[in-house]
Amino acid sequence: MALRVDGLTVYYQSLRGDVKAVDGATFGIDDGEIMGLAGESGCGKSTLGKSLIRMDARMRYVSGHVELDGVELPIWDDAKMNPFRFVKVSIIPQYALSALNPTRKIGHMATELLASRDIPPDSVLPEFRRRLELVGLPMTVLERFPIELSGGMRQRVVLVLSSLLDPSLLIADEVTSALDVSTQRAVAELLVEFRNRGFVRSMIVITHDLSVLSQIADTILVMYAGKLAEKAAADMVVDSPKHPYTNLLLSSLPEVGVRFEEQRLAGIPGRPPSLLDPPTGCRFRDRCPLAFEKCGEEPPFAAVEPGHSAACWKVAA
Amino acid sequence: MLKLDSCCKTYRVGAFGGGELLAVHDVSFEVAPGEVVSLIGESGSGKSTIGKMILRLLRVSRGTIRFEGTDISALEGRQLKEYYANVQGVFQDPFSSYNPIFKADRVFTMLRHAYFSELSASKWNAKLESSLDAVSLNPGDVLGKYPHQLSGGQLQRLLIARALLLDIRLLVADEVISMLDASTRIDVLNLLGDLKGRGLGILFITHDLSLGNYISDRTMILRRGCVVEMGATPLVFGNPLHPYTKVLLASVPQLHTKWVGIGDSARRRPDDEIGEGAGALVEIEDGHFVRSTESTTLT
Amino acid sequence: MSVSERGDVEIGGRVQPATVEASAPITATGTPLAPPAVAHRSEFLYFAFRNRKFVAGLAVVTFMLALALVGPYLADHKPLEFSGPTDQPPSTEYWFGTTSFGQDVFAQFVYGLRAAFLVGALGGGIAWLLGAGIGFTAGYRGGWVDDVLNMITNVVLVIPTLAILIIVAAYLNVHSYATEAVLIGLTSWPWAARAVRAQTFSLKTREFVDIARLSGRRTRQIIATEIAPNMSSYLLMMFILLFGGAILIGASLDFLGLGPATSVSLGLMMHNAFLASAMLLGFWWWFVPPGVGIIAIVGGLYVMNVGLDDVFNPKLREL
Repeated sequence: MALRVDGLTVYYQSLRGDVKAVDGATFGIDDGEIMGLAGESGCGKSTLGKSLIRMDARMRYVSGHVELDGVELPIWDDAKMNPFRFVKVSIIPQYALSALNPTRKIGHMATELLASRDIPPDSVLPEFRRRLELVGLPMTVLERFPIELSGGMRQRVVLVLSSLLDPSLLIADEVTSALDVSTQRAVAELLVEFRNRGFVRSMIVITHDLSVLSQIADTILVMYAGKLAEKAAADMVVDSPKHPYTNLLLSSLPEVGVRFEEQRLAGIPGRPPSLLDPPTGCRFRDRCPLAFEKCGEEPPFAAVEPGHSAACWKVAA
Repeated sequence: MLKLDSCCKTYRVGAFGGGELLAVHDVSFEVAPGEVVSLIGESGSGKSTIGKMILRLLRVSRGTIRFEGTDISALEGRQLKEYYANVQGVFQDPFSSYNPIFKADRVFTMLRHAYFSELSASKWNAKLESSLDAVSLNPGDVLGKYPHQLSGGQLQRLLIARALLLDIRLLVADEVISMLDASTRIDVLNLLGDLKGRGLGILFITHDLSLGNYISDRTMILRRGCVVEMGATPLVFGNPLHPYTKVLLASVPQLHTKWVGIGDSARRRPDDEIGEGAGALVEIEDGHFVRSTESTTLT
Repeated sequence: MSVSERGDVEIGGRVQPATVEASAPITATGTPLAPPAVAHRSEFLYFAFRNRKFVAGLAVVTFMLALALVGPYLADHKPLEFSGPTDQPPSTEYWFGTTSFGQDVFAQFVYGLRAAFLVGALGGGIAWLLGAGIGFTAGYRGGWVDDVLNMITNVVLVIPTLAILIIVAAYLNVHSYATEAVLIGLTSWPWAARAVRAQTFSLKTREFVDIARLSGRRTRQIIATEIAPNMSSYLLMMFILLFGGAILIGASLDFLGLGPATSVSLGLMMHNAFLASAMLLGFWWWFVPPGVGIIAIVGGLYVMNVGLDDVFNPKLREL
């Protein structure tokens, strides 16, 4: 296993108590695997991603272990994580499009980033140029300011920068969300290509868009209200989901070819619970059509079939 | 009901406004009562600009927009108010659509002052309740609350309820569900579909083809300010003719089918290559128009 | 357990902040869904009075204001009256001593405070009205209206204000503090107009302005009811800064001897003290009170402003 996460619990300190953003996450990712991390806003997927690299000062690590390539990541300590960032674990943060400093040229940013890792820029520059060419960006992009590039181009630049040092794990947080459909496909395919060429060993692709994940991910992990709901190979999740939430979510997605008059799709009534004071037991209980008394007790995230885990009493083996 | 004729919108750009940016170029279409027309385009295609021109939030640079035969650019004052009693809009960001320091139902009281000032309190409340009912909202849940206390889905529905208060004929829905969660999107979409059944015309502006396909009767594909293809939705989606439409449809991620040519890096080419074409709109089959391009032949 | 400067209390490694955040549902990311700046008056008062800087600044300014209002009734003599022995240090009869002309320094001080507050309020008020008016109009209308107003703003901004005021004051022979205040007001508004314009630009693009237009509202209504209330915190802080700034400019003019000579102000006191070489002669009671007075008022106002920044900006109140 390239990445092993065990009981990871991360809260946000807020002035009215702790927001239990991620509660007891346990899963693993193989070498070369692209895992899609899916869920709606507020489910904790971004928090989970960011906690693996500890990029957000508001997060409070509570418990759990993260092991990458056999080495424990000190995700509770900001300074100790430094040598791992960009070298072993890298992230394309959410809103990366607007995260590029508008007053700095792309080339400057790259050299600064390398200098901060004590890597002489010249040693990496040829590879950098090679990769820019691979993603379809002209050499001149190094001389441009971020505002001169389109959204898709900026996203590609950030992708190249984040993976420049060949990290073992790349966390891509909502990288396709703000893009047009054709650029989205291009960037998504690039993610796969980077993995295929070995620039990045394993990847976690965080998005709310299950359709994109069905195209590029090997496995999909669905989260709901801070807890893991289901994990399996991508086509298993899409074709035969086990968790009721996944099922309802998939059936609420309009596909090209489905029309309102012929087939009226249904959403999921209600709202996710507040994470300040989440309900005991299964957090999906209030919205679940299959809920029964046992749901008052929290279902474990356990294997239902080989390679397919879900947290639901109805499908528990 | 609504008719656009060769509408253009140009912006002056550059130092001292010397340059020109053509945001919308020669767009013509109609929306009939009870019809949903989806305007599909990517960012920069000018679709929001068209929506704002129809709502008189922007001026048309050239061409005319007629509602029930009247040219809307001539409307001012009371006539403009009357126009807004027939045509309203709902926008993309539910949290930006409400003034954060006031309660959410202020959007209703603003309408009340402008249009229903003679109505008695009880009649107004009855009207309000029936509008909220039409969008499946419980008055107790949403009235008297601040925007940050409500969810995105509730806020969007409130805006639709606001539009319904006026008994409008046309709703301009500009990316109304793109900022909502997947599980609530379909509910708002179904709501729009139901309203269509009651005779409301909707201009559904979106970048998401599957949504357009779900509820619209007719579809227009926009590329860089020009209409490249338009026609009945099953025709445009079932038999796309313009190269740009084909690229768009091929890029939509589907749950149960993989992208054609996925992983084939030779396939990838910059999007700019696909032009919109400089020719005129040609009718290929019944009501299905395509803008001709010089280099490609239409099959 | 320790208490930090902002009033945050640290107990056993966890920080309990001094202020409570506005009620906004928190998503898993820990950020409120759409944080309002302090939304209503009661919330404002609650937060404001728990902020140390605001309270301290307000206390100082209020004390000086009280002194300005009540002081003249406490003073035994008129400020310009040659009432007693010259160059006396503070005593029980003359609380702040006397000047080289035998005038009561305390009387001058409290009347001077009145002049300071007058100049601040009137000058700051005029600048505020001009700045806000021009800023809103330029920001909301855009186009050529914006271009013209922008040009005017830039011209007035670039003019060396003090130089102009000196020339005008010398020419016009300013007779009253009201006139001085008007002059100050007419020249110190540009930065305010710019700031208001910038904020208006960004608020104008928010969709709630479009909704207001779709509800049939006109431009002036929209500015007054949609845009200005969203900037209420900024407008308040702007007024405080203009108020303090006007007092400073007024004091500078008076110190140079260009203010009205018929009544007394803090700056004028310092001017006279300087002319009479009070510093060399060690008559500290003549120039220290006006100096301290100006510093106290203007400093107090600025500290209030910094405190208000904390109050209005929810992000500064976070952990």
